[in-house]
Amino acid sequence: MNLLNISGSPHVHSDESTKKIMWRVNLALMPMLIVAIAYFGITALLISLISVASCVLFQWLIEKFILKVDTTIWDGSAIVTGLLLAFNVPATVDMMWIVVIGALVAIGVAKMAFGGLGKNPFNPAIVGRIFLLISFPVQMTTWPQVGGLFPMELLTDATSGATPLGIIKEQGVSAGLPQAWDLFIGHVGGSLGEVSALAILIGAIYLLWRRIISWHIPVAFIGTAFLFSGLLWLIDPTTYVDPVVTILTGGIMLGACFMATDMVTSPMSKVGQLIFGCGCGLLTIIIRNWGAYPEGVSFAILIMNCITPLLNRWCKPKRFAV
Amino acid sequence: MKTFKMGGVHPEENKISNNAAIEIMPVPAQMVVLMNQHLGAPATPIVQKGDKVKVGQLIGEAQTFMCANVHSPVSGTVLKVDTCKDAFGLIKPAVYINVEGDEWMETIDRTPDIKRECNLEPKEIVAKLKEMGIVGLGGATFPAHIKYSIPEGKKAEYLIINAAECEPYLTSDYRVMLEHSEEICTGISILRKALGVPNAYIGIESNKPEAIRVMTDMARSFEGIIVEPLKVKYPQGAEKQLIQAVTGRRVPSGKLPIDVGCVVSNVGTTFAVYEAIQKNKPLIENILTVTGKRLPSQHNYIVRIGTTYNDIIRHSLGELPASTGKVISGGTMMGKAVANLDAPTVKGNASVLVMDENEARRNPETACIRCGKCMNACPMGLEPYLFSQLVKNNRTEEAKDHNILDCIECGCCFFSCPANKPLTDEIRLGKFRVRAMMAAKR
Repeated sequence: MNLLNISGSPHVHSDESTKKIMWRVNLALMPMLIVAIAYFGITALLISLISVASCVLFQWLIEKFILKVDTTIWDGSAIVTGLLLAFNVPATVDMMWIVVIGALVAIGVAKMAFGGLGKNPFNPAIVGRIFLLISFPVQMTTWPQVGGLFPMELLTDATSGATPLGIIKEQGVSAGLPQAWDLFIGHVGGSLGEVSALAILIGAIYLLWRRIISWHIPVAFIGTAFLFSGLLWLIDPTTYVDPVVTILTGGIMLGACFMATDMVTSPMSKVGQLIFGCGCGLLTIIIRNWGAYPEGVSFAILIMNCITPLLNRWCKPKRFAV
Repeated sequence: MKTFKMGGVHPEENKISNNAAIEIMPVPAQMVVLMNQHLGAPATPIVQKGDKVKVGQLIGEAQTFMCANVHSPVSGTVLKVDTCKDAFGLIKPAVYINVEGDEWMETIDRTPDIKRECNLEPKEIVAKLKEMGIVGLGGATFPAHIKYSIPEGKKAEYLIINAAECEPYLTSDYRVMLEHSEEICTGISILRKALGVPNAYIGIESNKPEAIRVMTDMARSFEGIIVEPLKVKYPQGAEKQLIQAVTGRRVPSGKLPIDVGCVVSNVGTTFAVYEAIQKNKPLIENILTVTGKRLPSQHNYIVRIGTTYNDIIRHSLGELPASTGKVISGGTMMGKAVANLDAPTVKGNASVLVMDENEARRNPETACIRCGKCMNACPMGLEPYLFSQLVKNNRTEEAKDHNILDCIECGCCFFSCPANKPLTDEIRLGKFRVRAMMAAKR
């Protein structure tokens, strides 16, 4: 007979694993990828593939040659970063090489430099995106004009169009804005993953069902953005954007459901998550209306990432009996 | 349906032995009776080498406050009074007895008749519980006579009978309820009288509808016994959680159930109380489950306390399957892995659970991704991930400040951790260090 194993209780496990969580997040990102490919065609597919491949490759290289540890690429977290990074850039042919730099910053600087998965204070994909936005301001805000489904030609900035937020920033709200319904199903310009709120919601509902995210951050984020922009809109509808259009444009949906909910960089307690979400919502609207950039979601999340450790310290779970 | 409010998990129930009626296990040829089978100091052996003992004869006497009497579970000759390694490898004082026949003390009523009436006064009941060596059989083996002596200035308002049996695999409480409901209700009435409380509540998880039905039917013919079906959620049977589920009251940190007017007793204990008070039978037998997913047969047994794990395995299975990886005394969530199968069973042992090699292995640990699942699962509202960090860095003082001592070691945190971090192990170590630190300060 074998020797008996001795260990402390419990002797069973729920069978949850980091790997399962990450692959499920990847699955949840698939509706967005499909919509992106439908609107931006082969360009979107290639950008996503290049982004994912470079994130995985950089993680493998760093783990093998710099950290000299066993590789963790199979846990799927580098793929999540790669997809999210790709979803945050415009679908132009230039992005095919720019996104590689973004991947290096996201994985190398924002993730591995801090010690890898679980140790990073900032969401890697957001750090990558902001690095690109600051370094390549023209390419990062040049949006392709698209027509028809599944375009097979590569999209260049020669055919560039404008995003709703860009129009608002430059021409004010009186300029022709898209209808809320078009925004919802995704009939507008924008970054790869931002075009369809519907696709984002499908992924988010899957994550909620799998209990990978809870409702607290998305609802607090979107709710605060809605209320704050609604308040501004009621004060002056000629200067400020209608709240429904506000939450459906740009990265609010994608940010609230997939970026702000990143387990590693968001608070753990429910109260902390609500504060975190509210902060993201407030900052997003402030940056959009009074900041230099038309979009503020990434900056808002990055700033709130900074106070996550504080929120973890301040917002303790309610103890059983005190 | 009632339940506790915070945290909790739902492990696979695996109550595969719930249809196996309780069988009587034969008495082995030699018996080792440990002198501390309860929480507190060991009993003092009062027999010597060569003494003849009968079944139910007192062989270890409780001479300090926190202690319980130990009786001989067999008849025969005392071989030696020595020490013995228990199931977890700790050396304990023990009495070795060579079994000869099966001669019981004359005082013990061995007839199958059920006696409902009890004319003893509360004080006499408690004294008899002490004499019969009754301890809590839910796991903590707390001496019953201490629990039922309500301290000055405190008043019991609720008697709660713990029949949740929320641990996976265990079915002994379930079987006792089905087969001995009248004895249990009599035992509850006796405890109710000892405490002077108007009502006793039996908390049963709703995955045992048969037990709820049988106990509800039986309780009708008794006064002041109420069956309370509970939602299936682990750790429903943890004392503080059960009190909250049944009464809505919360036992504050560091306090006892009696501080909120509650006394909790395991359903198995009430059966032992019945036998002790009505039949003069000391606590010499355990009802335990022999189970495991890969075992050819599942059993529930009445076993003389002191029968070794190997004796039980030999009788019920012949031998352990070749693929056995772990033997657990208790359930999969809070049970202890047995290190020594030659060790005798003690009061309160509820099972011999055999796990396969592949079930017994832990998955490799990965990095914490701060998902907060441990926090959401914790029924005490603690932060297991934080304890893990503090304990690893020897920050004992901070661990204490974050109430590590509130942890009930239910295992929900480790169970739900996607990074497979051994959180419960680390917290156990932390609690040990905090206690040592506090003792050193005193």
